[in-house]
Amino acid sequence: MPSLLFYLFALITLGFGLMVVLARNPVTSALSLAMSFVGLAALFLSLDAYFIGIIQILVYAGAVMVLFLFIIMLLDIKSEEGKSFNLKAIVGGVVLAAVLAVQIAAVASSYGPGRTNLAEARLDLPAAAEYTKLPTIANDLRAGTLPDAKLVGQSLFQRYGFHLQVIGLLLLVGTVGVVVLSKREKEVN
Amino acid sequence: MASLLASFDTVLLITSVVKIIFLTFLVIMPMVAYSVYAERRFSAVIQDRVGPNRVGIPLTLFGLKKDIQILGIGGLVQPLADGLKFFLKEDFTPRTVNAFYFWLAPCLTIVPALMTCAVLPFGSELDLSILGLAQPVKAVIADLNVGPLFVFAIASLGVYGIVIAGWSSNSKYPFLGGVRSSAQMISYELSLGLSIVPVLMIFGELNLSKMSVFQDAHGWLLLPLWGDGLSLERWVLLVPVVVSFCVFVVAMFAETNRLPFDMAECETELVAGYHTEYSSMKFALFFMGEYAAMIIGSGMAVTMFLGGWSIPFAPLLGLDYKPGDTPLWLGLLHIAMFFAKIVFFILFFILIRWSLPRFRFDQLMKLGWLFMFEVALANVVLTAVILIAFNR
Repeated sequence: MPSLLFYLFALITLGFGLMVVLARNPVTSALSLAMSFVGLAALFLSLDAYFIGIIQILVYAGAVMVLFLFIIMLLDIKSEEGKSFNLKAIVGGVVLAAVLAVQIAAVASSYGPGRTNLAEARLDLPAAAEYTKLPTIANDLRAGTLPDAKLVGQSLFQRYGFHLQVIGLLLLVGTVGVVVLSKREKEVN
Repeated sequence: MASLLASFDTVLLITSVVKIIFLTFLVIMPMVAYSVYAERRFSAVIQDRVGPNRVGIPLTLFGLKKDIQILGIGGLVQPLADGLKFFLKEDFTPRTVNAFYFWLAPCLTIVPALMTCAVLPFGSELDLSILGLAQPVKAVIADLNVGPLFVFAIASLGVYGIVIAGWSSNSKYPFLGGVRSSAQMISYELSLGLSIVPVLMIFGELNLSKMSVFQDAHGWLLLPLWGDGLSLERWVLLVPVVVSFCVFVVAMFAETNRLPFDMAECETELVAGYHTEYSSMKFALFFMGEYAAMIIGSGMAVTMFLGGWSIPFAPLLGLDYKPGDTPLWLGLLHIAMFFAKIVFFILFFILIRWSLPRFRFDQLMKLGWLFMFEVALANVVLTAVILIAFNR
């Protein structure tokens, strides 16, 4: 059953991903991308990564794509629909996709086959509880549930705290830059 | 095929389906219908009118002398009559609309609104040993560990319905309504999300069921009067909790497009906003979506701040929840308690709608970005400081 659902959601993700490129109507493209994100989120959920899956929907499908749609709707759709295929863009896209595929293949081929089967290496959550100091995570693990949100939070704010702040600063600089650029310059006599 | 069927947990499957049907079709849908009725009667009281008080079971149609008014309250059959009217009205699609998206939009409004109820714990647990079930059934459809985030994520998809409705209508006023709505919803999602961070910090949990259980034993977040709730820490924490409750409720009004924030359908400027071109049942779906979102939003507020299904002073009355050992009548009482609190909240929604004037759009955005957002952010810091001061 899980594998059946995997193929269903993989099909949704890829099918709508294809629609993003092929659709002539920009609104259809944007909505297909949102749908593709939802399919991807479902794949995350099937891996027990509830937090990542939900954040995928909340941030990408719920906020980023709404902003995209907001901009697209202000455009003139009719003129966009009438455009014929741009050969340069198609060639560029195919080359880029090929490069990415080669890259993924190179990375994947550098890993040998694992020594144990996934079916044999069962998740032992209660045993994992011994390795954590935080009581709230240990309690969840002993109860047999994976506290994925807490684990993500712990590694993000403890292990990668510095990196997180650097990214935060980067985003702040970007925001300030946008504000400066979009501010109308005052008329100088 | 046989192995495929054997891999299903039949009991879980059946109880889940029963819970889904019970919650969406037997509780939320009728609640939507009767919220509309309550809105009309309550607004009538506020404006010193009578409101819809005539529709009863129409026995006069069959030659009898009098219509039956259920419970002696006039107009209780009004929602049924309204629904019938919507089904029988002409379903008119203007010629210039983008037909596919015009049809899709109403569905995209109501589906997310109903989907979010999956993680709401509407009761503690039901001891169904009379039906031969060994384990008590939890009164929540999906007991996710990311409950509030799930609700926000799915609810944020609801904006697509409004935006697409405005765009596909191919008409000026609906379009302006759609654009306004998307800007408004994205702005208020920020304060909505930030407002519950202090709550999550206090509970240390993202699971709505566990929040309810905690509040049942240790006092509601807004009413810490029993259990651990009597400690000094909880009373100091009441300050950020009240602030975050206010921010949450205001942001919820904006997210559900309710007055004073219903800029997307502001009659004085935009005719009827994004649903100007809609008629009959398609229009009704937008309406139902709004009310369903209101009910779920109330459910969230009740679960996080007002104890969910918990009965006030439960440990003192001996009515508290004991995991795995709750009699059936107490389980049912918990469910009734939850919906009673929701009804109270909906009446509050209606009271606000009919007593406050509508904001201007720039005032609305200013309030969202320059006040609510900052207050919610400062509140997170305040909560953290208090928690550290009390050495948690």
